[in-house]
This record gives sequence, C-alpha cells and structure tokens, in this order.
Amino acid sequence: MKKRPVVKKGQTGDSGAWRASPGRSRGTPRPRYSALRLVSKGFTQGDWAKVWRQHDVEPRYDVVIIGGGLHGLATAYYLAAYHGVRKIAVLDKGYLGGGGSGRNTAIVRSNYLTPEGVRFYDRSLKLYENLAGELNFNVMFSQRGHLTLAHNDGGLRTMRWRAEVNKTQGVDSEVIDPDEIKKLVPSMDTSDRTRYPILGALYHPPGGIIRHDAVVWGYARAAAGLGVHLHQDTEVTGIDVHHGRVTGVRTTRGNISTATVVNCTAGWSTLISEMAGVEMPVTTSPLQAAVTEPVKPFLDTVVVSGSLHVYVSQTDRGELVFGASVDPFTSYSVRGSLEFVEGLASNVLKLMPGLSKMRLLRQWSGLCDMTPDYSPIIGPTPVGGFFVDVGWGTYGFKAGPVAGEAMAECIVSDRSPEIIADFGLDRFRSGRLVGEKGAAAVGH
Amino acid sequence: MMQIPCPWCGPRNATEFRHHGPHAPRPDPATASAEEWRRYLYLRPNPYGPVEETWYHAAGCRRFVSVIRDTFTNATQWSEGGPR
Repeated sequence: MKKRPVVKKGQTGDSGAWRASPGRSRGTPRPRYSALRLVSKGFTQGDWAKVWRQHDVEPRYDVVIIGGGLHGLATAYYLAAYHGVRKIAVLDKGYLGGGGSGRNTAIVRSNYLTPEGVRFYDRSLKLYENLAGELNFNVMFSQRGHLTLAHNDGGLRTMRWRAEVNKTQGVDSEVIDPDEIKKLVPSMDTSDRTRYPILGALYHPPGGIIRHDAVVWGYARAAAGLGVHLHQDTEVTGIDVHHGRVTGVRTTRGNISTATVVNCTAGWSTLISEMAGVEMPVTTSPLQAAVTEPVKPFLDTVVVSGSLHVYVSQTDRGELVFGASVDPFTSYSVRGSLEFVEGLASNVLKLMPGLSKMRLLRQWSGLCDMTPDYSPIIGPTPVGGFFVDVGWGTYGFKAGPVAGEAMAECIVSDRSPEIIADFGLDRFRSGRLVGEKGAAAVGH
Repeated sequence: MMQIPCPWCGPRNATEFRHHGPHAPRPDPATASAEEWRRYLYLRPNPYGPVEETWYHAAGCRRFVSVIRDTFTNATQWSEGGPR
C-alpha cells in the first residue's frame, strides 16, 4: 500500500499533466533534524534555516487548496510527495493551523462504530504512528490508551458493539469493568455511590494524544520543502465555475487560474462550497475546550465520558485538557461561555473529585462542521475539479493524515479511492449514510 | 451570557431555551418528490450573519419563539413575525 515518495530520486509523477515544469525550484531546502545537528547547532550558535517562506501568489497553479490546516497541508504534502504534483498553492485567510487544527484536544483513536469508519480512522492512526519519521519532525505521539466510560446499560451496550466491530477490523479494543478502570486511572471515582456510577469502559490501547501544532508544522515544512506555496493571510473571495468546471479562484491577493480546487476548510466549508455553487448538508457549531494549570503527571490515559459530555487528558507539560460536546446551537462565534465552564467543572468533578482545587488556565472554542450522520464528506462534487474534504465535525484532527492521503489520490485519479468511497457527497442522495453518532458525538 | 428575547418572559438566558434552527416546513409526504424530501431531511441553511430561527423556551413559558440572531456575534433581536 505504502508507495515510496517519488521525490527521493528526483523523479516526477507518471501523468504528464501533473509533471513539474523543468527548471523550476524545488522549494525551500530542508535541513534534516537530528540529535547530531542539534548538538552541532549548540556549539556553533547558528540559526536554523527557515522551513517555509513567503511567495507571491502566482497566476496559475495545478491545484489550489483552500484552508491551511492539517487537512489542507496533508493533502498538499501527499500530492507533492507521492503523486509528483508540483504547482500547488495552499491558501489560508489567517495563519497555518489557526483553525480547528490548533483548537482540537489532540486525541487520536480508531474505535469507531461502523466498519467503514473503523477502517478509515485506523489507517489514520497507522499513518500517525510513522509520521515523525516520515516528516522528520517530532510530533510527540503518545499512545497511552483511551477509555470511553459507560454510565448506563445503553452506553455499555454501545461499547460492546463498538468493541466487536473494532475486533472484526483488527483494532485493539475491549470492554473492561470498573476494577480494571480503577487500576488504569486510580484518581477516578469508580464507586457506585456517585450520581452516574461507572459500569464499564471501552478500552482502546492504541489511542492517545499528539502535539497538534507539531503535526501541522511538520506537514507544512515537508510540503514547503517539496515546492508547495503556502499563502497565509490570503482570503478566498470567489470561485469561478464555467460550464460545470472550476476555472479559477479569486483571492484578496489576486486571481488564480486553476482547474482543481480543494475545499479543506472547517467552519467555513458551506460558505466556500456555495462560492462554487455546491450545497452542503452541513451546519456549523462551536465546540469549547479548556485547560488547567500544570500539575505533576497522574493521568496517563485519555478518559472520555459520553453521558457526562467530557473528555480529559493530561499533556506532557502536566496540564489537564478538557473538551466537551458542541454547543447546542449553530454559530460562527468562537467566544467561550461561562455556562460551558460551569457544566464542564461539575462533570469533571463527578469523575475525579480530587481535582476540586485545580484552577483553569484558559478556555477556547473552535468551529465544527456537523453533518447529519456524524461522518465527513470527502471526494468529488457535481462541479468538475471542485473537491471537498469537509464536514469534519468533532473528529477532523484524528483523520488528518488519511484524509490527505486519500484526497491526494482522489484528485490525481479523479475518483474516490476505496477507503473514502462511502463518505462521498452523493450518500445524501442515495441514503447510504454512515451513522457514527454513537462513537463520534462526544467520545473523542 | 447570550440572551434570547422571549415575548412572554422578556430577555432570558439562552440556557433556558432549546435551539430549533431556521424554520424548515415539512413537505407533504404524500405529494413531495424525492428531491424535496431529501432537501427537507439533510439541507439546512447555515448562513454567516443574521438568520431567522425558532427557539423553544423549555425552562420558561414552554412556547416557541421566533428570533433573528446574527450567527457571528450571537446578538439576538425580535423577529418581525413575532411569536409563531
């Protein structure tokens, strides 16, 4: 399955249309990071070379990717590294990784509910496992185990269901009882004297947390090294469509002529798709998260409770990161609210009463594009050359690598590869939805 | 805190309400085409800016309220249509 990056031997892709124009620069030279280089830099006091630089917006690109987050950068990287596409632009109206990629709670797992979903997210987890080596960038992936708690019979039944589906797809996942949970997380109140006693949990050992900024920077550095133009502060104001095909993109820094546009935005995906005349079954709601002051390490798993609408993990720095479900109404506002913090604190204390004196450091919010079936929308659209990688709701970060890999293949071959074939926009016409609410609504 | 203007109770905290979203009339299942039904099931307006929508005052007068809300600032005002 895994192909060699074609750039290593200076080759280009086999398709003529995508071949690099001769004599064009290969992008920013990228020094390899290693312990040896770190030591030698320490002695010479030299500065590290910049890993990406500013370009002028060129009038023509082969592929224009809208959205400079994890999905956009990963798509650009896999297009450049595995398919030999050279003239790629990534446009972002803000800065790289400033949207959902920098606002999520950095949880990676693959214990989903449907076989299609499990396969898809597990491929992503496998890519994450090898990402640091592939990108030569430390992404700090910590596979510390992931617990999804069940507080009632219905929850426990869903956990068993998920465990069985996971096992059929070769994913390490099992239901454990409160005694085993107590051994994994001694700080958790697993007694039956609480408001919502814990009946069991879905234990998923390969799940864990990762440094989300590093993943974004790693992909950006690798893509820039392959000649991808990263345009920050460049807002898309329109998409030109003629006779059902994309012909160009208008931006605040000039117009671009292109035959391929990829919508990799989150939060703004319906607005961008409307520019191309494509309707999306997506609504946008904020999701809030919060982080505490750092304390000594005491929690070495990710704990999720769907009933209590909360998930907790402890970063390498010692801060506790809390997330919740999406706010109960649609909005593009990323302002935090007091009722969220109150609800969150009360629910966290039901799980871990010992945290009552911890102080919250800050809270933030990011935009989630919710789809009717809690699965993403990836692939071609009725408009030729306009691809979407949107509708990522609350599960976009963990799917970044596989979405980039599959989108790149989809763009070059102009058809959806098998791993994303079930996630196309046409499923809302055929009715073949991929219902993941039982595994994606809160449990991240 | 975000407030919703209720015509019966006055401005109240949004936590008392349940969001029902923009008004989406249900087509007649006997006569609706497959495309009309699909649009009713899956497609909802997701505008950036003012939108007229319905909120249900669940923890108050338990009536439906029509409100114009800016989806970016979350500022709300009475809808011209008033209570429905």
